[in-house]
Amino acid sequence: MLDKLVARTGGGAALMLASLSARADLQYNLQPPATNVASQIYNLHLMVLWVCLGIFVVVFGAMFYSILRHRKSLGHKAANFHENTLVEITWTVIPFIILMAMAYPASKTVLDMKNTSDADMTIKVTGYQWKWGYNYLGQGVNFFSNLSTPRSEIENLQAKDKHYLLEVDHPMVVPTGEKIKLLITSNDVIHGWYLPAFGIQQDAIPGFVKSVWFKVDEPGTYRGQCAQLCGKDHGFMPIVVKAVSPQDFTKWIQAQKAVVVTYNPNKTYTEAELVQHGAQVYAANCAACHQANGKGIPGAFPALDGDPIVNGPKAVHIETVLNGKGGRMPAWKDQLNDFDIASVITYERNSWGNHTGEAIQPAEVKALRK
Amino acid sequence: MDATAHTHDHGHEHPPKGIMRWLTTTNHKDIGTLYLWFSLIMFLSAGSMALMIRAELFEPGLQFFQPDFFNQLTTLHGLLMIFGAIMPAFVGFANWLVPMMIGAPDMAFARMNNWSFWLLPPAALLLLGSFFVPGGAAAAGWTLYPPLSIQMGMGMDMTIFAIHLMGISSIMGSINIITTILNLRAPGMSLMKMPMFVWTWLITAYLLIAVMPVLAGAVTMLLTDRHFGTHFFNPAGGGDPLMYEHIFWFFGHPEVYIMILPAFGIISQIIPTFARKPLFGYASMVYATASIAILSFTVWAHHMFTVGMPAAGQLFFMYATMLIAVPTGVKVFNWVATMWRGSMTFETPMLFAIAFVCLFTIGGFSGLVLALVPVDIQLHNTYYVVAHFHYVLFSGAAMSIMAGVYFWLPKWTGHMYDERLGKLHFWTTTIAFNITFFPMHFLGLAGMPRRIPDYALQFTTFNQVASVGAFLLGISQLIFLVVVLKCIRGGKKAPSKPWEGADSLEWTLPSPAPYHSFQTPPVVK
Repeated sequence: MLDKLVARTGGGAALMLASLSARADLQYNLQPPATNVASQIYNLHLMVLWVCLGIFVVVFGAMFYSILRHRKSLGHKAANFHENTLVEITWTVIPFIILMAMAYPASKTVLDMKNTSDADMTIKVTGYQWKWGYNYLGQGVNFFSNLSTPRSEIENLQAKDKHYLLEVDHPMVVPTGEKIKLLITSNDVIHGWYLPAFGIQQDAIPGFVKSVWFKVDEPGTYRGQCAQLCGKDHGFMPIVVKAVSPQDFTKWIQAQKAVVVTYNPNKTYTEAELVQHGAQVYAANCAACHQANGKGIPGAFPALDGDPIVNGPKAVHIETVLNGKGGRMPAWKDQLNDFDIASVITYERNSWGNHTGEAIQPAEVKALRK
Repeated sequence: MDATAHTHDHGHEHPPKGIMRWLTTTNHKDIGTLYLWFSLIMFLSAGSMALMIRAELFEPGLQFFQPDFFNQLTTLHGLLMIFGAIMPAFVGFANWLVPMMIGAPDMAFARMNNWSFWLLPPAALLLLGSFFVPGGAAAAGWTLYPPLSIQMGMGMDMTIFAIHLMGISSIMGSINIITTILNLRAPGMSLMKMPMFVWTWLITAYLLIAVMPVLAGAVTMLLTDRHFGTHFFNPAGGGDPLMYEHIFWFFGHPEVYIMILPAFGIISQIIPTFARKPLFGYASMVYATASIAILSFTVWAHHMFTVGMPAAGQLFFMYATMLIAVPTGVKVFNWVATMWRGSMTFETPMLFAIAFVCLFTIGGFSGLVLALVPVDIQLHNTYYVVAHFHYVLFSGAAMSIMAGVYFWLPKWTGHMYDERLGKLHFWTTTIAFNITFFPMHFLGLAGMPRRIPDYALQFTTFNQVASVGAFLLGISQLIFLVVVLKCIRGGKKAPSKPWEGADSLEWTLPSPAPYHSFQTPPVVK
């Protein structure tokens, strides 16, 4: 344990020295703004920072002057004044005026941020534990956006990618130059949709639909994270927005519509086919809690390896996945289709120490949906 | 000799020996001592949790802890520091000093005083013990927002009961302090002659009575939502998760001032003493404290700018929050004016007080930055907020407590503390504090969310700097422990007034202060 600690921290210390000397990319300010609102925020912050710095220098200049000059060791005799109405009124009124000068531009930006009218396009954003769902309203495109950083990078078994923890399988794609309105809500607990370059942070609250907007001009990839503590994998549900030209966006949306149905609801799949797809579904949705090895986390998340539900009647297993269990196991019926659920259940029932040999078909899942 | 002494004072000077003395004590000094030791133990335990957090955050990737345990650490670090370390420390100061400063023999309700302390150890055991129950401690952040807190295991129930106990303790303590201040002042001590520390505690006690029941109500609703089928905060049953946030922060914002007003009081005792000059603007100091307290009830939703309030709500809470900067500024100006043209010396308490004024002001400035809605939306839930509240709570509240301990240790123990070690503690603490928390401003500006166990690569360097600083800061506190223990065990004999410029009533008593403060009330002119 100790040498493990030394190896880790020693390695870290070396890394730190190296990075301190090597890095020129240290960021001391807000991210470069990509929208008009974000640049207003950027400038507002700079303005307030300079005002505070000015006040700091004046007030503490006076204090340190006094500390240096008015000390007993220099033989300075204490004066005895302890009141001065004029001075006291002055230093109440002047800060008040400075504050009003700050409040004015801030209020203007607030009103600008709140103006969600006349949007060109609306996307509904739903927070889930622990991923984002994006629904392009009226366009029939609807998908989930999962962290795509492999587990092995998180567990330090593999070198970390440049976009470590800030990469997803399906980014939100938006056209440049159009006013996009987001309707933000949550399926379970409170999340926070936070994209610094757009100047947007909006809590996703179950039972509420809140709206924000942005208009981005530069094509590019913009990255953010969930900002509101939402449980175990709060740090692992990033947000990636790809802004593309309107032409590229049209192509993208057509392509999305084409891939919506990729499975045949009436086909009888083989166990191998189901297990192959199920492994992917499991990695994206289940492994966060039940772990890739199916052992769960003792005391927090049950093991599926050897679990009585997984090795018991299949109807109970299907219903558990569809409807959730005990408040902590989420209901997956709205997030996964029949094929996904059939596949993942088949995978679970034929992995690790589980050998039921059963292949669950999409039709069986469909039959049990309420 | 013993027998005569015994008949003279009817045994009042002879408390039972051993553990029974501390369990049954009704003496304000004993209880003050208990509060202060309790607080120091909690400070060190919650501090070690902070070091575990910083160890995990030293590098990207998961090194030491799983995310769920990491969240338990951040949650309990917050709860224990607030309810275990800072608040009890200030109550300890109030117990020791309020009777001595106003010329009273003891607190007004001596037995209730005992009870309000002894509720705290069980609460602390519930919180610390919750790490060992199935599912572990509460992991929803110290704010305990539902629906996340509804999902937690029984650690959350233990947290809720601990909060109930600590709330009852605070309310009883506050009633005691208010009654003592209003009824037991020595003849001639009008309200406007009270030392500033007494004033700030009088106002703080009212704040506590006003808001602790609000918190108790909020967590009780959590409890019934969790176990008894109510839906206060569950939208599926017609409840409202936002209502919890409103109720919580209606407690939570005044709570911020509960943790800083007594600090203002301590600093206002120390600076005039070492400047050898009366406090500048005593009356405006009292009014500023009162206005901060009143305004603190009108700003709670600035903790919730990202929930999507209507523009009118955002603007109201932004203006109200900015307004608090005015009385707070008045206080800082008054302290600087007190130093101005004084005859200053720089013993450890004064060094801490000066650092307090400087660093607390930095925390105040970052608070002003966060008050502006658009900037807050950019920085909410990031490390900028973590930097901000550690500047007000560590270099504010905690460092004022340290200043106060050095200032009054001679009175409490009868010995002078080791000045050389005290100064060493000051410098290591102040430097390590800034190494730890200043880089967090940059992390927040760059967009690093708080409460995450792992982070993207561009945040690495500043996290490493912060982690190194945190370990230095943690080790520095061991110096503090040594100074305190050394001072209790011996050292140069302290005169009744070890500080040349001190002038409140506690310095007229011998050092260490006698078991009962003023048997006959002093006369204040």
